[in-house]
Amino acid sequence: MELTRYVTIGQYIPRESPVHRLDPRSKIAAVTVLTVAVFVVRDFSGYGLLTLFLLGVVLASQIPLGYLLRGLRPVLFLLLMTLVLNVFFSGIQGGTVLFQLGPVVATREAVLRAVFIGYRLVALVLVTSLLTFTTSPVQLTDGIERILRPFRRLGVPAHELAMMMTIALRFIPTLLEETEKIMKAQMARGAEFEHGNILRRARALVPVLVPLFVSAFRRADELALAMEARCYRGGEHRTRMKELRLAPRDAVALVLTLAASFVFTIPYTTWQALLR
Amino acid sequence: MPLIEIRNLRHVYHAGTADAVVALDGISLTVDRGEFVAIVGGNGSGKSTLAKHLNALLLPTEGEVFVDGMNTRDRGALWEIRQRVGMVFQNPDNQLVATVVEEDVAFGPENLGLPPAEIVARVDEALRVVEMAEYRQHEPHLLSGGQKQRVAIAGILAMRPQCLVLDEATTMLDPQGQREVMETIQRLNRDGVTVIHITHAMEEAVQCPRVIVLADGRVALDGPPAEVFSRVEELERFRLVLPPIPALAHRLRRDGLPIPEGILYVEELAGALTRLVAEGAGRGRAGDGTH
Repeated sequence: MELTRYVTIGQYIPRESPVHRLDPRSKIAAVTVLTVAVFVVRDFSGYGLLTLFLLGVVLASQIPLGYLLRGLRPVLFLLLMTLVLNVFFSGIQGGTVLFQLGPVVATREAVLRAVFIGYRLVALVLVTSLLTFTTSPVQLTDGIERILRPFRRLGVPAHELAMMMTIALRFIPTLLEETEKIMKAQMARGAEFEHGNILRRARALVPVLVPLFVSAFRRADELALAMEARCYRGGEHRTRMKELRLAPRDAVALVLTLAASFVFTIPYTTWQALLR
Repeated sequence: MPLIEIRNLRHVYHAGTADAVVALDGISLTVDRGEFVAIVGGNGSGKSTLAKHLNALLLPTEGEVFVDGMNTRDRGALWEIRQRVGMVFQNPDNQLVATVVEEDVAFGPENLGLPPAEIVARVDEALRVVEMAEYRQHEPHLLSGGQKQRVAIAGILAMRPQCLVLDEATTMLDPQGQREVMETIQRLNRDGVTVIHITHAMEEAVQCPRVIVLADGRVALDGPPAEVFSRVEELERFRLVLPPIPALAHRLRRDGLPIPEGILYVEELAGALTRLVAEGAGRGRAGDGTH
């Protein structure tokens, strides 16, 4: 029961690829653009091009495709549900019937729509995992802080949010280790975590969670003191060791993504007219 | 001007309420630049409270604390004081902020608002000094206790403090980790950093040129270890355990062996015993061997 082995935070895979070297801000922006594109595209030509583009990015990022596809596993159930519900309960009246079993009807239109929606789900997961695979949590927080910085005037606590994320990331392994220790201690006193129904198991967790919370608060107290002793006084006066700096390659990447996304949204009929 | 000057410091927790606790009761002492001081004392003697006064994490209820001439009550001097007196705490896990070693060491200098190039230089230097340079890209939670504590020390050093206060920084470490930290701070002290090492490990206090014993919020003893650890009765009254070698020397002396006072190290005790044996052998030949 080694919790720390099963939980990986962020799924960062260090590589020396052009995608890794991009500024986290441009990667976040690119992900946003692509997300919009995924929802705007509505025919096979667009999805085909999008798939090609994503494959290109995956190749450039040097992330093995298998890793990315494994990232789909948690959404597999959701994906199946979406497909089944959209095929059989689409509510589309009429259309070409492909399959009928009593009251259950699958029309051609419903199947198409289900495939589109399923594809969107897959594409979204792939795009976001590409971001987390190629960007370390530290860079990601830095990027988010910098993106939010202009909104500070509107009361968005950009620095504080980033600091909270950093501390959370820093303490997840520590608290997991502690959970394990407490669970073992309670097991030594006869606690059962792996038997009984859900209610019983949930109740068995109470003697784990209470000491965990108490200790988390104590840690928070000590950390706050240590931070103060190191002259921490919030985001003001603070500089960073690694200031994010946009490079020409970031502009290239963004322009490419924008242009590509525009091309994906060109409807199939327009392609037909253009290529004639 | 001494680096740290404490005048008649009293600290009362929850002052003015029913559960008021007097933690420090009239402490006066000075620490000069370059000193290496151990502060020892039993539980509740006020060690940690005293430590937190040295960089204005706590303010005196009465009395004054001066750091490099600045009064810790002066809000305007707060950040100057905290930059000058760095503090390493007991639990290494609860003082590291960042998910990567070098980012954590950079935390202090970043708070000081230094330019990035300067921060990089200081992080490099600090990690080299504590001999953790090859771990700069590591995640702190994968390090050993002693390594984490050295990273914490590096994080303080990167702020270029004049004084390093270790508040029981070796208490949670295994013997290997304790040794690593002791060696690191001894090296720092040789390079001119003032070190105040709060501990209840007497064998560590023995290695410090000046030992201050706190008891019930007061300075009970203050002097070189040879002098402090020969005051056996007083130390016992404060429920402090002698370090092993002085304890052994004391027992031998109590049993009637003429061993000199002020013995701290194995070599000294061995030397004293060898001399004794040589003398005894001489006397034995003279004919009165009746011990």
